[in-house]
Amino acid sequence: MYNPTVARLTYRALLGRRRALILFLLPALLIVIAIAVRALTGVDDKVAADLLGGFALATMVPLIGVIAGTGAIGPEIDDGSIVYLLSKPVKRPTIIMTKLIVAIAVTMAFSAIPTLIAGFILNGNGQQIAIAYTVAALVASIAYSALFLLLGTVSRHAVVFGLVYALIWESLFGSLVSGAKTLSVQQWALSLAEKVAGEGYVDATVGLPTAVVLLVVVTVGATVYAGQKLRRLTLAGEE
Amino acid sequence: MTIIDIDHTSRWFGNVVAVNDVTMRIGPGVTGLLGPNGAGKSTLINMMGGFLAPSTGTVTIDGTQIWRNEQVYKQIGVVPEREAMYDFLTGREFVVANAELHGLDDAAAQRALATVEMEYAQDRKISTYSKGMRQRVKMASALVHDPAVLLLDEPFNGMDPRQRMQLMDLLRRMGDAGRTVLFSSHILEEVEQLASHIEVVVAGRHAASGDFRKIRRLMTDRPHRYLVRSSDDRVLAAALIADPSTAGIEVDLKEGALRIQTVDFGRFTELLPRVARAHGIRLLTVSPSDESLESVFSYLVSA
Repeated sequence: MYNPTVARLTYRALLGRRRALILFLLPALLIVIAIAVRALTGVDDKVAADLLGGFALATMVPLIGVIAGTGAIGPEIDDGSIVYLLSKPVKRPTIIMTKLIVAIAVTMAFSAIPTLIAGFILNGNGQQIAIAYTVAALVASIAYSALFLLLGTVSRHAVVFGLVYALIWESLFGSLVSGAKTLSVQQWALSLAEKVAGEGYVDATVGLPTAVVLLVVVTVGATVYAGQKLRRLTLAGEE
Repeated sequence: MTIIDIDHTSRWFGNVVAVNDVTMRIGPGVTGLLGPNGAGKSTLINMMGGFLAPSTGTVTIDGTQIWRNEQVYKQIGVVPEREAMYDFLTGREFVVANAELHGLDDAAAQRALATVEMEYAQDRKISTYSKGMRQRVKMASALVHDPAVLLLDEPFNGMDPRQRMQLMDLLRRMGDAGRTVLFSSHILEEVEQLASHIEVVVAGRHAASGDFRKIRRLMTDRPHRYLVRSSDDRVLAAALIADPSTAGIEVDLKEGALRIQTVDFGRFTELLPRVARAHGIRLLTVSPSDESLESVFSYLVSA
């Protein structure tokens, strides 16, 4: 279920394109903010939790997930170069699985690691806040990658839909409307963070069992569906 | 020996019928798929390449269905029309990746690069390649696994004459070696130079099939129209109409010319100068007035 050549091509495409700049900018921004906050307010567990929850997990992780997830396959389908992968005796679900693994690795590297670093800068992992949000970022990376990879497979406007989901659904509705919270990757990830962090610092609205089940269902479902979609992918001619 | 069979196949996109009940069999040797732009050539090649499902009918390779069957790519090499490749790779990296996806090593990639004579530029980024170089690297990527079938969609587009000749040589050699090579083109001369067998599609329909010479004869034997100006149009007209190779002559007073319809192309082209000389007439203009490819194709469809 993993093809090293597909992985190599995907890594190079993801990290080589211009939009990959955002992959570097967002984590850099998080760390700069963390340094500034630490310098201005000193060690404050509540501030650390707010920054990691409000910016790292709610904004940075989904945005990086959009870039890595859609970018792992969308541009190839758009410009037609995916034909060089499809015209090979490689199973289409293997192509999807490989691209998912690459998207997850990139999302984790550019979101979870900076989250951990920022957490240590903010309060030196006091109340396990840095570790808690890092775990949440790792878990969210998996689900976001699977979701946005599927989006990149089925839609030419994957980035736009991905941004709408990440910014409007997750950030806005996810924090205001209680029903939307149940269907939010961010909230599922938070329920894991809640178990790790000290009492009262992370507030999740979804119970842990529900969150785990939904995470698994969404990740597996999106991946299987993307594999099926790729098997039926039609490459229209230029006529 | 590998054969692609297209059996009563149609393909439509919404209300638009791109391929309409086509049946054809592509065997070893070089076959040209000829037709004007928008005739359905790419749709046919995409179905043969497994990138498009037929709406009805079947497309098979040696009896095995092509659509949703990745294993057929062990036998098929595809050279797509679209330009997009992995531009951030070098030519060599690109062909090596294609070889690896077939489970082959660098040696296979190197052989393919040598076949298309691209070794000299193999370490340059694809983004710096000319159209002809891209085309050859695409060819190399399709040849790495030594496929029995090669499908090429408009392979000569944008190539200069030298590159065109090289590619034609290469395809001819592959056809002679018993491979099934199919290429599409909307240019008659390309097909004429390369393919021994041609399939003509017009407006989604299979218009003609067979030996090129036979189809060429069909094309040249059709009624031709000429516009002729001379030093004495009426005397010339009277002399020409006496010969069975002309079917009608109109004296176009406004244009100051004769509009001649012929039924025997070969005979008429010999007759005209002979008659003119015999009557001491100078020919000022002799131009065919319906030589567009579309008129040739529409004649073939009705033939």
